[in-house]
Amino acid sequence: MITVKNLKKSFGSNEVLKDINVTVKPKEVVVVIGPSGSGKSTFLRCINLLETITDGHILIEGIDITDKKTDINKIRTDVGMVFQQFNLFPHKTVIQNIMLAPMKVKNVPNEKARAKAIELLRKVGLEDKAEAYPDSLSGGQKQRVAIARALAMEPKIMLFDEPTSALDPEMVGEVLEVMKDLAKEGMTMVVVTHEMGFAKEVGDRVIFMDGGLIVEENIPDELFDHPQEERTKAFLSKVL
Amino acid sequence: MDIRWDILAEYAPFFAKGTLLTIGLSIASIIIGCLLGLFIGLGKLTKNKWIAFPFNCYITFFRGTPLLVQILLVHFGLVPLFVGETNGIIAAITALSLNSAAYVAEIFRGGIQSIDKGQMEAARSLGMNHVQAMRFVILPQAFKRMIPPLGNEFIVLIKDSSLAAIIAVKELMYWGQAMQGQYYRAWEPYITAALIYLVLTFSLSLLLSRLERRLATE
Repeated sequence: MITVKNLKKSFGSNEVLKDINVTVKPKEVVVVIGPSGSGKSTFLRCINLLETITDGHILIEGIDITDKKTDINKIRTDVGMVFQQFNLFPHKTVIQNIMLAPMKVKNVPNEKARAKAIELLRKVGLEDKAEAYPDSLSGGQKQRVAIARALAMEPKIMLFDEPTSALDPEMVGEVLEVMKDLAKEGMTMVVVTHEMGFAKEVGDRVIFMDGGLIVEENIPDELFDHPQEERTKAFLSKVL
Repeated sequence: MDIRWDILAEYAPFFAKGTLLTIGLSIASIIIGCLLGLFIGLGKLTKNKWIAFPFNCYITFFRGTPLLVQILLVHFGLVPLFVGETNGIIAAITALSLNSAAYVAEIFRGGIQSIDKGQMEAARSLGMNHVQAMRFVILPQAFKRMIPPLGNEFIVLIKDSSLAAIIAVKELMYWGQAMQGQYYRAWEPYITAALIYLVLTFSLSLLLSRLERRLATE
């Protein structure tokens, strides 16, 4: 579903990603962990080209998105993204936030987009907030709306960039719950997170990144209980 | 101090006509200035330095030289070059528009840049192209933030339109000076003109603060 080959990314002379190779299978939930500055967010942002990559190839469903001829806007409709800072549109109500892209990008008629938005709001438990503006919501509610907004495009892949890192601790659970449901439904997901509990419970595979490299990857139980690399051990001893 | 109401009554129709022309000059210049300003602001925002360069020059010139000089240049230089003869009203509107476009461009640029870059990323990640993201996500938010500085700019423009009196455009200030010249009175013409300008600028700021309240999202 996603194939990343020899991905390199530099900001000026600072090499953030050094030769990343990853394959994500359909319906797989891949969790990326690692210390801050390890390049895990940059890696995730490369998958839908929010960062221009320096070298290498990324294939989504066999299409090379790094090829200049590829219509990236078309690819992005298949790849939903959820941000740490939610990035809801503050000038639009919750339901308008969800309806905007389907209507403008996919030309979905108003009633159909509205019905879909209400269905998604029900799914994330916020149908009573449809007409509210984002500023009146709590962090957890905002993030659930952001997930609904991404799902409205009916993506095949969902990318989560530290979705709970900006939340108060008591709101982390409600967002993770929505993500768990999504994983159960068979969504292909790549999740950058510091929530080790989520990684263990939901992840099919955990990737540990440090210094712009993939240090180790394994099924969660193995990686958390029997880490092979010293850097993985050092990191896990700090966070677990 | 005695006030000569009789000369005020005599000049009342001229002040009325002058006020209408002042309003006309201002509205025309605001509209042209905004359109041109948006274009120049976006031009300055382009990442390509060579494309942005002429827009930078434009802004530097029109912000850095006196409006009076610009009005005289346009009136005696630019307009005759294109139309063949001088025309005060065309010159006034042209000079005021060109001048305010430079300020409006900076207001647009500031407004657009003040929007968090996560907004553009979110819009693009949903599959919108750059133009759609600008139109549906960035500009509506930027516009709301631009209202107060734009209001300032429009008020400055209304007041600056009085400089058109120098090139004999028969707007409000022109009649004020005509009245002063005829009767050698200072208070009646200039206080009258000042009060009318005040009414115009105050009405505009009321209008804009109502618009701002309507666009509030809380």
